Amino acid sequence: MSDRTTLPQDLPEQTPAPENHPTQPVSGGGISRRGFLKGAGVTAAGSALLEGVQVFSHEAVAATRNGVKEYGPGAVPVTLTVNGKEHTLQIEPRTTLAEALRVHMGLTGTKIICDRGSCSGCTVLLDKTPINSCMTLAMDAIGHKVTTIEALSSNGGLHPVQAAFVKHDAMQCGFCTPGMVMTCSALLDQNPKPTEEDVRKATAGNLCRCGTYPRIFAATLEAAGTTPRNA
Amino acid sequence: MATTKLTPEVDPLLQAAANAAPAAGTETVQMPVGVPGYTLRQEPRQVPVTEPPVLPVNKDLQYIGKSPTRWDSHAKVSGTARYTYDMQLPGMLYAKFVCASVPHARIVSVDTSEAEKLPGVKGVYVVQHLLGGAVLRNPSLDPSKYPIVRYAGQPVAAVAATHPHIAEQAAQLVKVQYDAKPFVVDMTQARQPNSPQVFPGPADQAGSAGGGGGPHDVPQTGNVHGPSIHKKGDPEQGFKDADVIVEGKYTTQVQVHNALETHGVVADWKPDLLTVWASTQGTASVRDELAAYFKMPKSQIRVITEFMGGGFGAKFGAGNPGVVAAQLSKQTGAPVWLMLDRKQEQLSAGNRPSSDQTLRIGAKKDGTITAMQLISYGTAGCGTGAGCAGPVTHLYDSPNLHTEENDVFINAGPAAAFRAPGHPQGAFALEQSIDELANKLNMDPIDLRDKIDSNPVRRVERQIIRESALWKSRNPKPGAGAGSGYLKRGVGLSQSVWYRFIRMDSSAEVRVHRDGSIEVLSAVQDIGTGIKTVMAQVLAEQFGVPPQQIAVKIGDTNYPIGPNSGGSVTTASLTPAVRDAAWQASQKFLASIAPALNTTADDLVLTGGEVRSKSGKLQPVSFRRAAKKMDTDVVSAQAKRIPDYDPAKYDTYGGVDVAEVEVDTEMGLIHVKRIFAVHDCGRPMNPMQVKNQINGGLIQGISYALYENRLLDPKFGYMVNPNLDMYKIAGPRDIPQLDVHVIESYIGQSSTDASGIGEAAGVMSAAAAIANAFHNATGVRIRSTPMTPAVVLEALKQAPQRSETA
Repeated sequence: MSDRTTLPQDLPEQTPAPENHPTQPVSGGGISRRGFLKGAGVTAAGSALLEGVQVFSHEAVAATRNGVKEYGPGAVPVTLTVNGKEHTLQIEPRTTLAEALRVHMGLTGTKIICDRGSCSGCTVLLDKTPINSCMTLAMDAIGHKVTTIEALSSNGGLHPVQAAFVKHDAMQCGFCTPGMVMTCSALLDQNPKPTEEDVRKATAGNLCRCGTYPRIFAATLEAAGTTPRNA
Repeated sequence: MATTKLTPEVDPLLQAAANAAPAAGTETVQMPVGVPGYTLRQEPRQVPVTEPPVLPVNKDLQYIGKSPTRWDSHAKVSGTARYTYDMQLPGMLYAKFVCASVPHARIVSVDTSEAEKLPGVKGVYVVQHLLGGAVLRNPSLDPSKYPIVRYAGQPVAAVAATHPHIAEQAAQLVKVQYDAKPFVVDMTQARQPNSPQVFPGPADQAGSAGGGGGPHDVPQTGNVHGPSIHKKGDPEQGFKDADVIVEGKYTTQVQVHNALETHGVVADWKPDLLTVWASTQGTASVRDELAAYFKMPKSQIRVITEFMGGGFGAKFGAGNPGVVAAQLSKQTGAPVWLMLDRKQEQLSAGNRPSSDQTLRIGAKKDGTITAMQLISYGTAGCGTGAGCAGPVTHLYDSPNLHTEENDVFINAGPAAAFRAPGHPQGAFALEQSIDELANKLNMDPIDLRDKIDSNPVRRVERQIIRESALWKSRNPKPGAGAGSGYLKRGVGLSQSVWYRFIRMDSSAEVRVHRDGSIEVLSAVQDIGTGIKTVMAQVLAEQFGVPPQQIAVKIGDTNYPIGPNSGGSVTTASLTPAVRDAAWQASQKFLASIAPALNTTADDLVLTGGEVRSKSGKLQPVSFRRAAKKMDTDVVSAQAKRIPDYDPAKYDTYGGVDVAEVEVDTEMGLIHVKRIFAVHDCGRPMNPMQVKNQINGGLIQGISYALYENRLLDPKFGYMVNPNLDMYKIAGPRDIPQLDVHVIESYIGQSSTDASGIGEAAGVMSAAAAIANAFHNATGVRIRSTPMTPAVVLEALKQAPQRSETA
């Protein structure tokens, strides 16, 4: 959701360089693309991303350089609105939204599977948009309403998509299921009468290793009141 | 599950029981056997008198064979299902592995001092003894203080800290000094005499509770571990007697399991009890490995797996994460969370070996096979288990057979059992060769299989396929498939076979409480296959109450022993024990309430949620009200698996799959349009769940056929696609229409007569069916997976090749 192309190229490294082998190229540890993006969260670019949000507390500001605020690298207070409630967390600015939800708030229904936006197991709603929370810094969620699988249904029962997943057995191990349910419910919010092709497109980024896709299509179509193909 | 040399596996306990004099305490009962609508009949079986009454076929049952919703589905759709990965305990530390950055080396030193100084770090552990992979027969050939590094990504050390970020940072502060050795990551190069050696001498790998591993009694030359030779009859003479011989070379890639929940545990070491939450296919296997590793009694270890995010064969035993987390917990006095990250999972947690197969089949003009010969090489990295002779050994009748399987060591992570070990590879070669033979003999592929495959269930399955619209739409002439211009349509078929394995360590306890609640307990784990639901159905059938009213408590070694879930054993092994326990508990329950109802237990039956009197002298009473009459607060019965009723009988399962493809001959794309699948698994206990697994098996098979490939950089020895952004698995837009049919196949073997479906779910046959459809479409054989556009275009360059038709 954030535009990463604005990152400056001379960012200081957030994590120490690997020193476990002096002569061989790095494979095990080191600065990955992900680590680089996460590290970027503490720098000018990270705070620049927050300029539009303007809700950051002054205590969180570590330094001001050239008129640009810097946060971190230590923990800073961050207030997030999750499932209708405000939560103030002490987190490092590099913390992803997925990490904040799971590690700091105990909302473990959101899964981190690939940790690089390739499987959508970590899908949550930012306002009404499904996003990969592993690719979103927690600080980028400031000022937005975050909805996780735990609060998809507000009345204590099941959301129609959840009920249809149960009826069609649209799960096996269940590890991808929260992400699938979030994606499919967001689809129905935007497109109440989808075709199977619409469901396939909406879930294109969601991976399931057990192979429950046909049931997911059928369940989503049923939740929409569209007759599903027998799956 | 056994090695690839799969013979009907005879459990020693089961064998002993079979050899014992059976008559005492048994009776003869009539049981349904065969396929309803085709071959159903009654056959006699000698069964212990303590067994519950024979179950009729599914149509005559209320809950078994029906499809109630998945027992834990609400927890899974609402995010409340708590997996090992989700565990958070007070004071818990997060651990992270330090992994080898080189593919082959002796470790000179490991300096953890900087990591230890980082605030928040509570423990550091350097791996002393590595689990997984082959082990030298003579360990003194490779003296080293630390385990020799044999692949990039091998665990070297681990750190535990108060936050995952700190653990990650600390792991990067551990300094490892390597004495690098030459390495090899290409199988063809590894077979050369001058190749770097992965092991300095012969090395073997044990199988896990889920199978894998390889033979131990074979020669080793350089990196080539084998051959493991099996011969039947006189293969040479068989080929001389043949009218037609087909021969082909086939290659398949390495596939990575990619369970969405990675391997790992949370370990909590207390002075008198080690509690471990594990993402595992076998709670017992984790406990047993920890007990052996730490020399502790089993009674001081408790393993819990309430929810589990996929395994596919690779998750047995404690493994390196298990023993290291336990060690760190012992050191720090705090619970320790240690889950692999995705990259570590891909590098170190198992894979399906590659294959390089040469297959020859000789046959008479009428199709009768006279001889088959398979020579295979495959790499299981620094482990073994690449044999793939299962299909050629078990699918067709041949008087003469010769197989030679070889493992080739390379500097890559060890393989692990992966859904039907050896079979997708073996079937890719075998089923294309049978298709080629049919073309050469100018026979219909189904007619040929009717001739050479005596399995009565697959015969029924082929009959259903023969009558399907999809098969009828097939143009028998290769390359003549309809299609406009560059698009060619084709239809192809493949078969598969899997085996009946029974685990005798399968027990359950059933309790009925005075408030009318009923529960079933077993250490078995539900890995996504739905055993919780099936257990609830078995109790529901016995007590006459809906399955959702049964409390299913599993995945905890505090409960009676459960089977390790690998090789399609769980339902076949456990459900008879569950039914026996439910039967015994129900009898105890009736005896407990009968006096208060002024009748006897044998006058009472449980049905429709009520207790009813056979004699009619009582009005029906609801189960809950009747339970209030119990003379004690709880009645309970525990039962273990007893041997199959007819242990000498050897059953296999399988399926027949037909794929329809459209080949874009310009872009080299294979579009799988549809798969029509007919499969069997004994008595289907919950057809909705069974079909779900078959959907999944077919999808995994399509993914294997077209997309997946572990790529190793030959220059540096690393996996270049260790995450899901670059290692492609089938997604929602890649899958065809799946028409899945499950047939009931009764075998008269246990009180539930159930079997498993995990392996026989299409994962074995999908690639071969797609390849045969490709040939039907284009007239060209494609002998290599994954069938990517590059592979397809390369194959099409050879067209027009000599026709396979005689």
